[in-house]
Amino acid sequence: MSAGAEKIAVTVSEKVVLNDLVTRFQFKRTDGGSFPAFSGGAHTVIEMKDGDMTRLNPYSLMSNPLTPEFYEVSIRRDSEGRGGSMFMHDQVNVGDEMVLSYPVNLFSLDLRARKQLLIAGGIGITPFIAQIKQMSLMSGNFELHYSVRTKSLGSYVDDLTDQHPNNVHIYYDDQDQQIELEHLLSGQPLGTHVYVCGPKGMINWVRSTAESLGWPESSIHFEEFLAPQSGKPFSATLAKSNVTVDVGEHESLLEAIERAGVDAPYLCRGGACGQCETRVIEHDGDIKHHDHWLEDEERACGDKIMPCVSRFEGKTLVLDR
Amino acid sequence: MSNFEFPSSIVSRPVYGTFEARPGHSHLFIADAEGAAAILDFAGSNQSVMATSHIIYIPKDCGDKYVKQLEALNASQLYVGPTYPAAMSRINHVLANAHMGIQIYLSGTEGLMSETRTAAMAAGASLDSIQLEHRGSLSRRMQCVHCKGITEDVITDPYVCSHCGLNLFVRDHYSERLGVFQGVRVDAEDHGNVPDAVELYK
Ligand code: FES
Repeated sequence: MSAGAEKIAVTVSEKVVLNDLVTRFQFKRTDGGSFPAFSGGAHTVIEMKDGDMTRLNPYSLMSNPLTPEFYEVSIRRDSEGRGGSMFMHDQVNVGDEMVLSYPVNLFSLDLRARKQLLIAGGIGITPFIAQIKQMSLMSGNFELHYSVRTKSLGSYVDDLTDQHPNNVHIYYDDQDQQIELEHLLSGQPLGTHVYVCGPKGMINWVRSTAESLGWPESSIHFEEFLAPQSGKPFSATLAKSNVTVDVGEHESLLEAIERAGVDAPYLCRGGACGQCETRVIEHDGDIKHHDHWLEDEERACGDKIMPCVSRFEGKTLVLDR
Repeated sequence: MSNFEFPSSIVSRPVYGTFEARPGHSHLFIADAEGAAAILDFAGSNQSVMATSHIIYIPKDCGDKYVKQLEALNASQLYVGPTYPAAMSRINHVLANAHMGIQIYLSGTEGLMSETRTAAMAAGASLDSIQLEHRGSLSRRMQCVHCKGITEDVITDPYVCSHCGLNLFVRDHYSERLGVFQGVRVDAEDHGNVPDAVELYK
């Protein structure tokens, strides 16, 4: 049972280049129907058929959650990654047919909050765009602090500041503008929740600053999708399915398992949700943990692996799958 | 120390622990009766926290027993009030003006902790910013499920609702939202057939 198995056949209906790095894609259902509604912060997994390779990459939905005639995602070109974003930018065009997963939300707003404080860096703005659309309809109380490299690379800065002039604050790196985080967090009324999405450094900065100021854990939310890292090829034996899979240099263990026709659970494919956790029956070598799901003790113990992002170096790896 | 081991069978009841130091720019302590001792114990090893602390204390039957010692803590604010209703407007004012990063410490009777925890949550505080330490009386704060009236400091089962006068059975069902245990008419089927009251936990 793979939780990401519910699929929707779609056709690319728009491709809009926003700036040098970011392009927006719009999808409509190929059968002409409407999409399931979602909640702001949800992502979809896009299936990319690139020759005989299939990539499944998660992207935050940024269209209006409540009027789902179409889904939209914005993708940042990552020339150092494993090629998913390059494939979307360079090879996908209007009219192409693709497959999306049903939306899954691992970064939803806590609607009990009195106030939502959103902190975005770069392409991390996308889940917030859907959340802001959702909150505008429900007259939610929010404040967005959005840090971008330069004016020209600030995706959606103009839309956001035009529509919500009092709630949106933009910071330009090239003008040495920085979020005054301590000041910002200290002044928030009781009942505020903070959400951060952006580069790893920013997420850690916001989390550790909030914790050190006494913010309770339940009021701090973050989303960080790790792209699976490339690494040395290795093999893994799937004990229940009785097959051995070879994992290529630019492939994830999860992708290799799927390629072998074995159904494996997943939701985020980015080391965050815990859904793909798999028991290691035997290993002789090093498990390269890249997720942020497992606890340190679990890692040290070596009897669990998150196949969506983690790898292995050594002789034998036997999994309970 | 509260030496009473609460029966673990009541899963809906909050877990009472021992105050621990947490980072925060302000600290709010609300206690009744023997709850003052929890503040004194905590302050003994966390003296520096007192400079940013506000203590609200309702002595009840403890009278002056702890007041001098509380004064000696030199908290940034100390308020000693006669009853909870008298302290309520202060508590609500403090909560309404609180900022994220405040730590809340509640100690004393279950009734005091329940009521202030409900007030804190209504003001937006999340459960993980509120610590509870039980001290003193084992009385319960009870709500009559029939008239909805709340009776404080109930120590017998069954008890008489202080609002509608029904004889109520003390249920082990705690409502986190309301901060009360529920009392249900004990002689609903056979009016007048009321068992003898026994002291709770005896
Ligand atoms: S699929 Fe979410 S952690 Fe692996």
